[in-house]
Parts: sequence; C-alpha cells; structure tokens
Amino acid sequence: MTATVSNTGSPVSKTREPLIQIQNLKVEYLAGRGSVRAVDGVSLEIGKGEVVGLAGESGSGKSTIAQAIMRILQPPAIITGGKVLMGGRDILEMSDRDLHKLRWEEISMVFQSAMNSLNPVMTIGDQIMDALVSHRKISEEAAREHAREMLRIVGIEADRIDSYPHELSGGMRQRAVIAIALVLRPPLMIMDEPTTALDVVVQREILAKITELREEFGFSILFITHDMSLLVEISDRIAIMYAGEIVEMAESRELFENPLHPYTQGLMASFPALTGPRKKLEGIPGSPPDLIAPPSGCRFHPRCPHRMDICDKVAPKYIEARPNHFVACHLYPTSEGTAE
Amino acid sequence: MSYILKRVVFYLIAAWASITLNFFLPRMMPGDPGSVLLAKLRGQGDIRPEVIDAMMKAYGVSDDPLIFQYFDYMRNILTGEFGVSTSWFPAPVTEVIRTGFIWTVILIGTALIISFAIGSILGVIGAWKRGSWMDNVTPPVFVFLGSLPYFWIAPMLLFAFAFHFQWFPPRHAYNTDLSPTFSWAYISSVIGHMILPVISVVIVSVGGWLLGMRNTMIAILSEDYVTMAEAKGLSSRRVMFGYGARNALLPTLTSFGMSLGFILGGSLFTEMIFAYPGLGYLLINSVRGLDYPLMQGLFMMITFAVLLANLIVDLLYVRLDPRIRKS
Repeated sequence: MTATVSNTGSPVSKTREPLIQIQNLKVEYLAGRGSVRAVDGVSLEIGKGEVVGLAGESGSGKSTIAQAIMRILQPPAIITGGKVLMGGRDILEMSDRDLHKLRWEEISMVFQSAMNSLNPVMTIGDQIMDALVSHRKISEEAAREHAREMLRIVGIEADRIDSYPHELSGGMRQRAVIAIALVLRPPLMIMDEPTTALDVVVQREILAKITELREEFGFSILFITHDMSLLVEISDRIAIMYAGEIVEMAESRELFENPLHPYTQGLMASFPALTGPRKKLEGIPGSPPDLIAPPSGCRFHPRCPHRMDICDKVAPKYIEARPNHFVACHLYPTSEGTAE
Repeated sequence: MSYILKRVVFYLIAAWASITLNFFLPRMMPGDPGSVLLAKLRGQGDIRPEVIDAMMKAYGVSDDPLIFQYFDYMRNILTGEFGVSTSWFPAPVTEVIRTGFIWTVILIGTALIISFAIGSILGVIGAWKRGSWMDNVTPPVFVFLGSLPYFWIAPMLLFAFAFHFQWFPPRHAYNTDLSPTFSWAYISSVIGHMILPVISVVIVSVGGWLLGMRNTMIAILSEDYVTMAEAKGLSSRRVMFGYGARNALLPTLTSFGMSLGFILGGSLFTEMIFAYPGLGYLLINSVRGLDYPLMQGLFMMITFAVLLANLIVDLLYVRLDPRIRKS
C-alpha cells in the first residue's frame, strides 16, 4: 500500500467555498518576564474539502493555532485577538453551549501522540461511543454498532472494540484515534503531527489511510507537521510558519518548485527529497527567536542568508509575489518580483 | 488471571511470616506469658495444684519444646482456636475480638470512607478549578486541621460537645439501656454515639486525601487524553470524572488500602478517648490486664486485616486499571 502523491494541485482556495476563516488570530502565553506572542496575527482560510498543511519548526505556533481554533488552549495561553469564522459564526465569541456542540461535530482533532490521547482506563469502543452519545440521541446498541463500523473503516478488526489502548500497537492506536475523530463526520479535521510518534512504515500506512478516508468522506484537513516531506504527499496548499507568523503560503506544487522565503528554502534543504538527484542536506543556522522580545523588522533576519539593510528595521508586508503565492519577505518588493 | 493468583500466593506467604513472627517474638522477650499467668493465679490465694493444672491446660500453657508449641500454635490458628481471654474469662478470644471488630469496622470504616470521599471530591474539584477561591481556601484549612494533634482535638471535641453542650453521648457505642435489636431506637442510638468520634477522625484526615488527590489530578489534567476529551465536546462532568478523576484515583487507592488495614490498629486513640468498645479499646485493656491470649489474637487480627485490605486493593486495581490485567 503506497500513498498517492497528491501534489498534483487541486483548484486553488479562491475557487473553493471557504469552510473556516482564521483572521488575524493572536495568542499569547503569559510568562513570568512578559508575554510570549506565540501566534501573532495569523490569517488562514481552509476551503471545503481542502487539505492545508501548516509547517514550521517546533515552537513556531502551529499547535497553538490548532488548539485556539477549538478553544481548548490551557492557561496561561490566552487568545488576545482575531476571529475564527465558521458557518458565519465566530468561534471565539461562542457561548459554552454552542462551543460544546461545535467541538467534534464541526471540528475534530487528531493529537500528536496516540498513546497519550487515549484514556488508558477506557476501551477504544467506549471512547468512540462517548463522542456519539454526548452529541446524538442514539441507543447504546446503535452506538456500539456504529463504533464497530468506525473501526472497520479505519482498518481495525471490529472485535477489537473492547480492547484497551495498551493492547494495541502504535499504528492501531493512531487508527483508533482517527476513528474517534471521524465518528461524527465533521467537515474539518485538525491533525496535529498525527504521524510523528510512529515509525516510517506505519507513517506511510496512516497517511495512505487518511488520504483514502478523505477521498471517501470529503472532509477538510488542517495538517500540522514539521516534516515537509509528508506535506508534499497530502496537502493541496501549504502555509509556512515562523515565530508566530505565516511567512509564506502557496499551493503545494508551486511551493515546492518555487520556494520564495529564505526560511522555506532552508526547510526544503533540510530534508531529503523523495525523488530527484541526491544532494547534501543543509539545516538552518541558529535557533528560533525568543518570542518575548522578537527580533525587530523581519523576525527571520538574524538567521537569514540574504539579509539586507532594511530587514532589521521594517517588517516585510505579506504580498502576492506570484499568482496565488504569498510571501512576507523584502526580497520581493512587488507582485511582479520573483526569486533570482 | 495469573496476576490475582500471584498476589494471593504472595499474601499467603506474608501471612505465614507474620504469624511465625507473632509466635517467636513474644517468646524471645524476657519473662513469659506462662509465668505471668501462674503468678496471677497464685496471687488469688491458696489454690489446689489440680486446679492450677486444669487452668494451665485451659489457657494452653505448656512446657513442651518451642518447636512443638509452634506446631500446636499453627494448628490452633488454622482451626480458629486462639484460646481463652484471661481478662474476659471464660470468653474465648475469638468471641471477644468478634464484638470489638464489628464496632471498630463500623466506627473507623465509616470515618475513613467519609474522609476519603470528602477529601477526594474536594481535591478533584480543586484541581479542576485550579486557582479559584475554593482551591485557594480548602487546602490550607484542611491541612491546618490535619496538623492538629489528635490527642488534643478529640478530647476538646468531647469536652465541648459531649460535656458542655451535651449534644452527643460521651462514651460507649450505644445506649446500654437498650437491647441490641434491629429497632429504630437502637440504631439511632448507635449512630448518635458514632457522630462525635467520626467527626474527630474526619477533621484530622481530610487534608491528606485532599492534597493527594489534588496533586495527582493536576498532573492527570495536563494529559493529552483530557484535552482530547474536552475537544470531543463532552460535558465537564464527564471529562472531570470519567477522564480525570478515574485516572487520578489509581495512585490514591493504594494509600486508601493501607489505611483500610490500619483502621484496626490505628483506632487506639479514638476508642480510648470516646470509650468505644472496639479493637483499640480491647488492645489497651488487654495490655493493661496482661491478657496474653487476647493480645496475641488482636495482633494476629491486625496483621490479617492489613494483608487482606492490601489484597482487596490489588483486586480492585485489576478492575480499575486494565493495564494490570495483562502480564
């Protein structure tokens, strides 16, 4: 079983009806010596049936965005601004009642570590069923039958329904988590590094399963990872985050063929391409900035190989440097500007 | 299920070891129960030698070698024969312990369960609403109460509520004018006599349960499965109890089991101060009256209770934590 490489470019977001719109989202962590601006004015749109990849280093704010969308951030993180619009309503303004309904019904989430996201003292069947029972009027038997069906769908034998998480392998656990995420057929699924804790072979299987399920059920995915090679395979569109901001966004193929931002270029050079000639891997020198006092101007300038005089003074505007290809970098002053 | 079997075997060995220690330790101490008994009997005046022989036989005092005595002792224990109490003569030890046991279990068992329940629930809620006024107030208050010495607070309660205000009876487990039947008068009298001692125990012990539960719960709440349960849109109650408390309960249960066993030995102060006719009260009286058979029986009882309580907790663990069922 191999994953289909789907960077063939489905229609761009503008032709799709938007499912969820994140507008100028800001999240801060209140720390002892000031607040950390983990997400600083991020705007992102996910179309119906679209898979959007969100990539960046650890600490760039990817997971914080995911949790802010569902409003499950734990203190000391607080949302300080922006809107998350879904179906004409702002999730950030919703009452607790509406929020409980929205969660899992409209947006579900697959967490990074399947072992840690399953309750060790409940069977996987019960963990599928309690999402059903709390959202739908459904009898115990019907819920159980539905849970068995969900397990079959993700490729687990239905009679494993009474298994506990520790009785399943890593890959099966992640499948079980996907079954839970899928049970209410939500239009949007957030996947926060769903394959990071798995070995490479199992990663492929899970990725193939996700692709297959998406084709069958047509939900949208916000796919968060630091692994660019995964995004090639699964995303329609990719956004690159650096230090709490989106620095570049384009269709997958476009981004891979023409990475504009020096940071994106660095990310691309730091993992091996699946196809094409061998080349030397390079990392990005330096480490992510301290977000309590982020660098002035462009936040990437201390690490940037193409640094110019303007970079530490003025923050670059987020512009459409090529058709449907957005970037925030002083190398591209106008929409006609191209790399090299 | 081999896990259960292993535990049972373990506890059987532990029981055998403690029974054996219980036999040899007193006999290795200077002075021995036999001569004390003898002196006691002689002190009652001129008694014919046949009577002394008969009494010695009744009490099970013998001059056989230690190893034979040990086998006799083991046989007696296996057949439930603990001899006759000298201070409650001629009641057999088992009979004396049985009544004391019932009162202790009623009194201290109730106190422990109430204290565990209150402490755990306050701990769970405190952790859930961390930083709320309730979470800021309850732990210090109960820890303060818990640090009051029991031998001070219990007599104070007794003085205030039994003597000064006379809201509660000052001593014993029930009104001795009533016959022990299943009548409302008798039962309400038993409950009335329990209230003050139970309150005294609960006051000093809630703090420990509260802190233990709160700390474990806080750790559990930062687990991904709790976040995921919240993301699932489950009700707060379901997340708090089904996902949080259910997991936080596991480590707390061990300490609950330990205290369950120590109910029997640890009730000494309570039963002394409130003159409650349980095992602690019996133990004090048996020591005062040098009633060796009763003492031995009580120590045995306490040992078995600790072991049994731990076995029960182990079995309960199997129910609560599916991860233990394997291996």
